[in-house]
Amino acid sequence: MRKLKRLAPQIVALVLVLFAVTLAVPGFLSISVQNGRLYGSLVDICVRAAPVALLAIGMTLVIATRGIDLSVGAVMAITGAIAATLVADNQPLVVVLLVSLGIGLACGLWNGALVALLDLQPIIATLILMVAGRGIAQLVTGGTILTFNDPAFSFIGSGALFGVPMPVLIWLVAGLVVGLVVRRSALGLLIEAVGVNRRASSLVGVRSRFLIVAAYAISGLCAALAGMIVTADIHGADANNAGLWLELDAILAVVIGGTSLSGGRFSITASLIGALIIQSLNTGILMSGWPPEFNLIVKAAAIVVILTLQSPTVATALSGLRATFGSASRSNSHEPTGKAGARAK
Amino acid sequence: MAEHGAVLLEARGIDKSFFNVKVLDGVDLTLRTGEIHALLGENGAGKSTLVKILTGAYRRDAGTLRLAGEEIEPLSVAEAQALSIGTVYQEVNLLDNLTVAENLYLGRQPLRFGMVDRRRMRADARALLARYGLDVDPDETLSAYSVAIRQVIAIARAVDLSGRVLFLDEPTASLDAREVEMVFSILRRLRAEGLSIVIITHFLDQVYAIADRITVLRNGRMVGSAAIADLPRRDLVSLMLGRELEAETHRRPVEVAVDDGPAAFRFRNFGRRGSVRPFDMDIRHGEVIGIAGLLGSGRSETAFLLFGIDKADSGTVEIDGKPVTLSSPVDAISHGFGFCPEERKTDGIVADLSVRENIVLALQARRGWARPIGYRESLALAEHYIKALDIRPPDPERPIKFLSGGNQQKAILARWLATDPRLLILDEPTRGIDIGAHAEIIRLIEKLREEGVALVVISSEIEELVAYASRVVVLSDRTHLRELTGDEINAATIVNAMAMAAGEAA
Amino acid sequence: MMKIVTRLAAASALSMLASTAFAASLTVGFSQIGSESGWRAAETTVTQNQAKERGIDLKFADAQQKQENQIKAVRGFIAQGVDAILIAPVVATGWDDVLKEAKEADIPVILLDRQIEAPDSLYLTAVTSDQVHEGKVAGDWLVKDVGAKPCKVVELQGTTGSSPAINRKKGFEQAIAGHSNITIARSQTGDFTRTKGKEVMESFIKAEGGGKDICAVYAHNDDMAVGAIQAIKEAGLKPGTDIKVVSIDAVPDIFLAMAAGEANATVELTPNMAGPAFDALEAYLKDKKAPAKWIQTESKLYTQADDPKAVYDAKKGLGY
Repeated sequence: MRKLKRLAPQIVALVLVLFAVTLAVPGFLSISVQNGRLYGSLVDICVRAAPVALLAIGMTLVIATRGIDLSVGAVMAITGAIAATLVADNQPLVVVLLVSLGIGLACGLWNGALVALLDLQPIIATLILMVAGRGIAQLVTGGTILTFNDPAFSFIGSGALFGVPMPVLIWLVAGLVVGLVVRRSALGLLIEAVGVNRRASSLVGVRSRFLIVAAYAISGLCAALAGMIVTADIHGADANNAGLWLELDAILAVVIGGTSLSGGRFSITASLIGALIIQSLNTGILMSGWPPEFNLIVKAAAIVVILTLQSPTVATALSGLRATFGSASRSNSHEPTGKAGARAK
Repeated sequence: MAEHGAVLLEARGIDKSFFNVKVLDGVDLTLRTGEIHALLGENGAGKSTLVKILTGAYRRDAGTLRLAGEEIEPLSVAEAQALSIGTVYQEVNLLDNLTVAENLYLGRQPLRFGMVDRRRMRADARALLARYGLDVDPDETLSAYSVAIRQVIAIARAVDLSGRVLFLDEPTASLDAREVEMVFSILRRLRAEGLSIVIITHFLDQVYAIADRITVLRNGRMVGSAAIADLPRRDLVSLMLGRELEAETHRRPVEVAVDDGPAAFRFRNFGRRGSVRPFDMDIRHGEVIGIAGLLGSGRSETAFLLFGIDKADSGTVEIDGKPVTLSSPVDAISHGFGFCPEERKTDGIVADLSVRENIVLALQARRGWARPIGYRESLALAEHYIKALDIRPPDPERPIKFLSGGNQQKAILARWLATDPRLLILDEPTRGIDIGAHAEIIRLIEKLREEGVALVVISSEIEELVAYASRVVVLSDRTHLRELTGDEINAATIVNAMAMAAGEAA
Repeated sequence: MMKIVTRLAAASALSMLASTAFAASLTVGFSQIGSESGWRAAETTVTQNQAKERGIDLKFADAQQKQENQIKAVRGFIAQGVDAILIAPVVATGWDDVLKEAKEADIPVILLDRQIEAPDSLYLTAVTSDQVHEGKVAGDWLVKDVGAKPCKVVELQGTTGSSPAINRKKGFEQAIAGHSNITIARSQTGDFTRTKGKEVMESFIKAEGGGKDICAVYAHNDDMAVGAIQAIKEAGLKPGTDIKVVSIDAVPDIFLAMAAGEANATVELTPNMAGPAFDALEAYLKDKKAPAKWIQTESKLYTQADDPKAVYDAKKGLGY
């Protein structure tokens, strides 16, 4: 119940966005099975949301520690370039996967070390790799789009298992694994404690440095997965464009998911729904047939509406309205808004 | 300029309230030309508020201000400066990344044809600083110089801007002895030139080294003002603590049976440069070591050292006869230590987390992330302590930030009790909490002592220490001055000891 | 392979052989923007090859995307007393001073692949492609290919607001104007990238009845076309047959798709800007006859009939 209450604003926003798109594009919601796999715009949304969804998983943890990871887009480009190089070199798939994930992990550890050990501001620390990373990726690919023809690796981007496209499976599994590890262990609580008050947490013996490094490391791994998916998807590594600006979409997904940029309480599920909301807007705009000049305006307007409805001020006003109307119909059912969250269990 | 000794700045009956809480209540302050005036008081006495009113940063609710006999009404810091009243705040209010000259003339750069005349600015800066005996390059960025030099540059700017009255808020807080002397020699020279200086500091030695007059605030009231010669150190401390020593009743705590064997926790020659001079301390199970000292005496610094927050740079620690190292809170916690910090909001509670999560946090941190305390277990723990310590409201899922100060303090105590500690260090456990919680926490301290927990309690409430401590260590000027035992533990002796200067102890 | 390169170059450089012997001792400075794209790298390679074939001593300077570096390089060329200067300008403005200095030193300047905002008396000529014409060539091919049959086209635009996106759209629309059987059903931006090209094509296919109604896709660059080809394949359709693919740029990868029958036509943005530039320069130095202020490069159409595999092999060596 408590969990559902936490996710309610995001679920409502997603339903509203899908509803709005259906009004503009009839048949938007239909799903069929074609060539043994699920087919339809909803499926496209889940597939195309994969990179941002994966990034949002790691970004949620980083933001929960009161950090931010601007480098994830560049890390996608690096891991994509390296994966493509290895695939073009006919390395076995296992080697490609392990090396790429290893590079992503190394990038995450680098960020984490700058933030936790050298105490650089996260925005500056990760900006370093954001700028340098794309250069590294270009060095790896030699400045060109490095293409390959390898059905096994391409399967990651465009294959399907039991009718479900691989990118969807990957972000679902990654979200599930990270979510379970974080919530079934004490990592989640300790990360939240560090994000809310790092000093107080350190004084009770929480190893804040380890936790911060761990958050960035997971973010690096997620970026590596996202990088491989986009590379496999277009059968090539585009160092200039892979993951470009996706760090901002990932941050937006986390914010739509209701995790505060000032750290603390987080929800990976809510961030994933946030990623789906963003992609639903993207796909909806493409399907609508409007001229591309409107793309960014429509997206921005929709996001403003979503974030406004979620803002504490509006939420309080809304529940005030609800209380007013509620008490009109059923007397004495007024509940102070401050207690609502505490009571839900 | 008026002759030395004439009244220059006069504040009468200053009132100030924030949110209906009176922080200044009819305060008077009289500042004479060419004097250094120390403004003293414990935390929350109202010193900073008074200074802000006198320097135009706050508006007063009532009272009058006179400068050289004329009523003044400074509405901003700039207006106060125009009236010749300048301020240097505790955090030096300069910009590290600008040059020395730019800092001195920021906002009033000499202009030539509408452009900043850098050449003149440099020359002016050099001449100005030469008067302070400083040979610094006006073109160097400020960050190239030490805090002491920056402090002098800030003073130079403030004096140059205002000219007659200078307020200094803890100008020596982060300086070493040599640097303090340098700043003081400059203040003495300014005094000789006829400047009136108000200095806020917590170092009583420094007050007696430089001030001509002292004004003491307590709980928003002026409780005394006297020439330095008329206010011996002992009387000053009683004024600050607010007690009539003669009228004090002598109470002794219930005699506690403490085993005479070797102490479980032995600190030898334990200290840290710039924090606390090396001290010895033995702590046995079932006793409370009280620590008494004024703000800035090194009392919280002692707690930070004992708990491994600051790393000691001298001395040894033995626990149960075995040498150990304490280089972090994690180390200390692994030996069964617990610590309730003085700054509850910034160092204690994790505001957005629930009472339950705050209570299990220390235990969870000790177990490590891979061995979580399950929801049921943590709920049971939280409910147990909510009941045992009467934490209100008794809702384990309420974010701790919505609890009152006293209940937050109980939750933090519960956090450590859940770890089953052997040594608890409590820094001002009863500050800023309501009377009811106050009494409950004292009862809890006594109960823990009876259960055999070793406790170190820092408190500015002398009666409290008298009531439950088996020994009281008195600190002054970052030195462990005396250890009082047995009949010596009474308020008068403690206050006397606190008033002693470091030099007099030997 | 070298032979094919030569042939390609010869296709746009008309009187190359005649002038080779004459220019034996020329020194030319070349200020290149950088190597931000495969096409740019190819332009550098072709320019160097052209110079070598003509016996021109080419002094090359990479500006790494900075105009100040370009101006510095041009001043260096002037100081060295080169015979002529080629500039691929990184921005359109701010060239007046340095061009005046070149003019005073009596060194002709030729602009490559981009125009600038400066009096045209300050440079000899500008060698660029015509982006509107490129779009028109693509459109003309489609008009000819579909004949009288009705054809619903979807368009993958370049980055919204960029001049190639605006001009290539305009040229294509000019070509199909008056052929009411050809209509642009959907037009969206694919940001010139493969990923976006694929994503947008997926949405087009969903929006147009599973793609069966789409007759052709027109992409403003080859990269988006390559992405679109994958989207078409994954939707269970045959690119090049079920949905025709026509695009612009002629980068090597599109020739692989053409060789596989998955793309139908591409319009070349030639990397050989230097050939026509050298021709004009040599003619000018020979009889002081100033060329026109704008030399338009050829926008050559390649189809599956043009031995795409061989073109791919030739292009692959140019550094794309």
